[in-house]
Amino acid sequence: MYAQLVDTGAKRLKTLEEMSPEERAFQEKIDADIKIEPKNWMPEGYRRTLIRQISQHAHSEIVGMLPEKNWLTRAPNFKRKLQLLAKIQDEGGHGLYLYSAMETLGADRDEEVAKLHSGEVKYSSIFNYPALSWADMGTIGWLVDGAAIVNQVVLQRTSYGPYSRAMIRICKEESFHQRQGYQILLDMMRNGNEEQKAMVQDSINRFWWPALMMFGPHDSDSPNTAQSMAWKIKRMTNDDLRQRFIDQTVPQLEYLGCTAPDPDLKWNEERGHYDFGEIDWKEFYDVVKGNGPCNRDRLRTRRKAIEEGSWVREAASAYAAKQKQKNAAA
Amino acid sequence: MNQNQALFEYLLRLGDSDMVLAQRLCELVGKAPALEEEMAIGNVALDLIGQARSWLEYAAELEDAGRSADDLAFTRDERAYRNLLLVEQDNGNFADTMARQFLFDLWHYHLLSALSQSSDERIVAIAAKGLKEVTYHLRRSGNWIKRLGDGTEESHAKMQEAIDEIWTYAGEMFIADEVDSLLADAGIAPDLNALQQKWQSDLTTTLEEATLACPPMDAFMQTGSKQGMHTEQLGYLLAEMQFLPRSFPGASW
Ligand SMILES: [Fe+2]
Ligand SMILES: [Fe+2]
Ligand SMILES: [Fe+2]
Repeated sequence: MYAQLVDTGAKRLKTLEEMSPEERAFQEKIDADIKIEPKNWMPEGYRRTLIRQISQHAHSEIVGMLPEKNWLTRAPNFKRKLQLLAKIQDEGGHGLYLYSAMETLGADRDEEVAKLHSGEVKYSSIFNYPALSWADMGTIGWLVDGAAIVNQVVLQRTSYGPYSRAMIRICKEESFHQRQGYQILLDMMRNGNEEQKAMVQDSINRFWWPALMMFGPHDSDSPNTAQSMAWKIKRMTNDDLRQRFIDQTVPQLEYLGCTAPDPDLKWNEERGHYDFGEIDWKEFYDVVKGNGPCNRDRLRTRRKAIEEGSWVREAASAYAAKQKQKNAAA
Repeated sequence: MNQNQALFEYLLRLGDSDMVLAQRLCELVGKAPALEEEMAIGNVALDLIGQARSWLEYAAELEDAGRSADDLAFTRDERAYRNLLLVEQDNGNFADTMARQFLFDLWHYHLLSALSQSSDERIVAIAAKGLKEVTYHLRRSGNWIKRLGDGTEESHAKMQEAIDEIWTYAGEMFIADEVDSLLADAGIAPDLNALQQKWQSDLTTTLEEATLACPPMDAFMQTGSKQGMHTEQLGYLLAEMQFLPRSFPGASW
């Protein structure tokens, strides 16, 4: 998922009795699966948590364009170059769409982006890993967009109307990205030479664990899950989502003829799920804290774009002001 | 040179200019001054890659030598590339990017308008489709010339400098060689003098509106792309763009 650690500000859940009449009416609406719309009353914590979650999601879409850009200029043929650029454009569109959903909550896009650039707000840890080969364009589509979908399909039923509608629209495109990514890998495994096949396996080895980390910490280490679930901002826990992702991905991995870098990965007949090894949580928190291989690069790139573009944005507003004046005078 | 050879050459010029400019625009992902602008740049690049593909597919069929459009774009060497010198120039700052884009779009627009009347039906089809896209490209880059030219003092200075700097690469597109004359005579491609007049007149109008000075039309103009003589910048661009097909000859992706 693209929002891995979202603080709700709540230490524990309030009971209906402890709530103010407004709060209680709000919670009852949520319990009855009635969507909350921008004009409706909502608790401050709900509003702030949603802003955090949606902004993290939006930032992830935007920062997520960077690893793919790293191979856009080296895409091997017309078809792949067009596909990859179209995908990157989709992600930018998702970012813009999510920022608008976030602005319905009274947040300001520029302010939230400034928080991203100052390091106060995060984006998904996955985008702090480098894209080192063309196969990564396949793996990112398949595993990264794939993991994002598992989360976002559930979020289509989230309680906040604009967010839910954004998820419905975005999910369609993400599924397309996932199939396209998988196809890149499948073509390399089916029609590629030995070097290309090795490239695919190497790429999966590097992205497997970081993709699993996208779902965030264990439920036992996620103090905010209960409140987010009660508000239906979150609809399934981190561990359940991760399990669902693994269960649907392993057969695809086998069909590719590749393996996962996890000796403990095996089908558990009794549970009806795949068992898998423990995530390296130290690595996860290191990356979240800013020490992943690409954290500095990614933020520097985004910051630089906005800083170096300031004279352009100033010129655009100056020009617009002049035009307005001219029109008023005319 | 017979007409088919001339046409092949001409299609390479069209396709290569689109492709090389698109590659420059691809370099800008993550670097635009605003997200909306980044999306617009990406859309222009998508259009240009699509157009390059159509021109080079036609070129490959005409050549009939077993080379595909992909082969033409992703394995041909620098000296065999036929794009305008203008489009291979570095992105520079946003004013440089827009100056290059506008001078190209304006030419591209009038060129495709003329090619929509070509005696070659395949060219008409590609040009007519492209013209719709390029009409939008031109409106957008023209707007930026005005915004930056008539924006702030800083943006005005940057925009003027950008136009002055790139100007020497703008004349080449109107200098006809044997290929141009042969195809113009056959009604396949337009007369470049007529094209230049339209370009010049639109350019003057936009620059005036943008409060920018138009550099002299009789300034010294660099040439060479029609013979595959490029600036030093193209080699690096192609090295990056062609990396995979050249590193793994014969591999399919
Ligand atoms: Fe996305
Ligand atoms: Fe997403
Ligand atoms: Fe996606």
